Amino acid sequence: MLREPMPEDNNSVVIENLVKRFGDFVAVDHINLEIRKGEVFGFLGPNGAGKSTTIRMLCGLLRPTSGRARVAGYDVGREPESVRQNIGYMSQKFSLYNDLKVIENIRLFAGLYSVPADKLSERIEWTLEMANLKGQENLITGTLPGGWKQRLALGCAVLHKPPVIFLDEPTSGVDPISRRQFWDLIHQMAEEGVTVFVTTHYMEEAEYCNRLALIFRGKIVALGTPSELKQKSMKGELLLVECEPLGSAVEVLQSAPDVIDAAVFGNALHLVVRDAAAAIPQVQKYLSDHSIKVGHIEKIRPSLEDVFVSLTTAHDSEKERTA
Amino acid sequence: MSFTRFLAVARKEVVQILRDARSLIIVLIMPVVLVLLFGYGVNLDLKGLPVYVYDRDGSQQSQDLLKRFQASAYFDVVRVVNDYPALTRSLDDGHAKMGIVVPWDFSQRLRDGLPTQVQALVDGSDDNTANVAIGYAQAVVQGYSSDIQLNWLRNRGQLVQPAAVGVETRTWYNEDLESSAFIVPGVLALVMSVIGAFLTSLTIAREWERGTMEQLISTPVTPLEIMLGKLAPYFVIGMFDVIVCALIAIFWFQVPFRGSFLTLLVSSAMFMVVVLSLGFFISVIAKSQLAASQIALLVTFLPAFLLSGFLYSIEQMPVVLQWITRILPARYYVSVLKKIFLKGTPTALLYTDLVPLAVFTLVLAMLATHSFHKRLA
Repeated sequence: MLREPMPEDNNSVVIENLVKRFGDFVAVDHINLEIRKGEVFGFLGPNGAGKSTTIRMLCGLLRPTSGRARVAGYDVGREPESVRQNIGYMSQKFSLYNDLKVIENIRLFAGLYSVPADKLSERIEWTLEMANLKGQENLITGTLPGGWKQRLALGCAVLHKPPVIFLDEPTSGVDPISRRQFWDLIHQMAEEGVTVFVTTHYMEEAEYCNRLALIFRGKIVALGTPSELKQKSMKGELLLVECEPLGSAVEVLQSAPDVIDAAVFGNALHLVVRDAAAAIPQVQKYLSDHSIKVGHIEKIRPSLEDVFVSLTTAHDSEKERTA
Repeated sequence: MSFTRFLAVARKEVVQILRDARSLIIVLIMPVVLVLLFGYGVNLDLKGLPVYVYDRDGSQQSQDLLKRFQASAYFDVVRVVNDYPALTRSLDDGHAKMGIVVPWDFSQRLRDGLPTQVQALVDGSDDNTANVAIGYAQAVVQGYSSDIQLNWLRNRGQLVQPAAVGVETRTWYNEDLESSAFIVPGVLALVMSVIGAFLTSLTIAREWERGTMEQLISTPVTPLEIMLGKLAPYFVIGMFDVIVCALIAIFWFQVPFRGSFLTLLVSSAMFMVVVLSLGFFISVIAKSQLAASQIALLVTFLPAFLLSGFLYSIEQMPVVLQWITRILPARYYVSVLKKIFLKGTPTALLYTDLVPLAVFTLVLAMLATHSFHKRLA
């Protein structure tokens, strides 16, 4: 059923200078990526950054304006049908048939992927098992809770054992426990050699990926493992500052010397500074001088969210300079 | 073309139709309702027209004349009034469609051998009914008049020669001049327009609206497999409905069926492909269920209703409209229906309808096939 990807190619997905324009708007701006077999690759970025557009081009649903991409050894522009037979795709919005039963949705996709008759019952069994929906075959899909639907959608997308799967924000709108279970499934598949390309805007989910690309305004602004990104991309060290009131503190600190960036995180501030040890007393004094109550200050390890904020502001200010 | 994928799509579509009460009603009940509605409701025959009379004479002769009106199947003398205002009122409020006034000297003048007249007031707001009513009223009075003449002559001992020339009419095809026989066969075209174009216009648009299309086209299924898989169930349903409607027409409304049943099936199948293709094409370009269904009704149901010759004879239309009807597939199908039901025209003589219908079938099927692409933008 599945054609083997080209043997010499150890990359499941290769993207070269991929561009997608909608009129004047550049949704995807010269993206280059190589994703290895069996990798869980995260595509991280805010809404509208170009994540879904990229994934849709890789699935052959959108024609690239320019550039090339190969998925499982096939060119997405020239051999979209071969691409489709070798991928599983879960779109952002839940898009199975709500008026069909669980089993009917599974049978439909088994048919669409031409699962041969002698393997049909085995694949259906496997899908129900994987999606943890055994015994629920005859429920109407529309009545399932969000997490179940998500697992069913994943099941239908992978029941033909594709070597590459694309998941577009698979866990949006799903409760945290279901989300955790979902990621366990993704890792399980990756261990079996499946390449997983997943987009998300949940920072904590990004940590589950082997490698990450941060996409912002159609451009990839950083690429690496989560820990690499955290170390490399921060231009300095990170301080957590508890103070009152937060709003004016951010304003004041943004113009303070030695502070590269300041942002609110929960009920505290995160400051990017060149040297944490030197900065702590200075920040303390600076805030007191501006009659802001200062609590605890400490050096912390940056989270991906910090990395993301830092990179996107860097990107923005660079743009402003060139503009 | 993979049969497995086609079957997967078709099976899914059938389950969706069976699970949707709205579609089921349209598929199973609507055709029967339409046939009954048009069979009973639309009656172009004039029968039992309500008539008020004002008999100012009140003689044996005037009663004889009025009895002839009552005896005619076309009129129903519902009330006798005693003054003009009551008669006028009955026409104003629509209780009567015709008022007949017999003058006070009616019998007197007849006895004296003088020409006399009765007045007929006709509600002309429906010109068609009025025209027919006037014709029938004239015929009734004419008959009465010639009987009087004959009697008059006989009473004077004259040898009476029966009328020199008469018309011996024989009505062919629709012997009893039942309008249901004229209308009901054409209902098949309406039913198919609704099933074919209206229902299918929703199928693709619905998938775009619900987002299921994106998942569907991410699989290896081809546009042709999607189209055939989606349309096949509707084709079967449409043909089933055609047969049901034909049976109701033949056995319930006693519409004669004189042609070939095979020709009925073949021409219906062609027209089914026409409306399915149109519905599919509309669905592809409209991308929203609301827009698609409205366009579908506009381009299939309305022309089938108004311009196909189903109710209104094409020969009676203005020339421009007559030309427009030539590009309507429904026109050819309705024509075939009327010919094979009533006339029993041999299939070979139907080529003037069947050939254009076949051309439309091919062209629209190709249009539909090429309209759908597996791309989001």
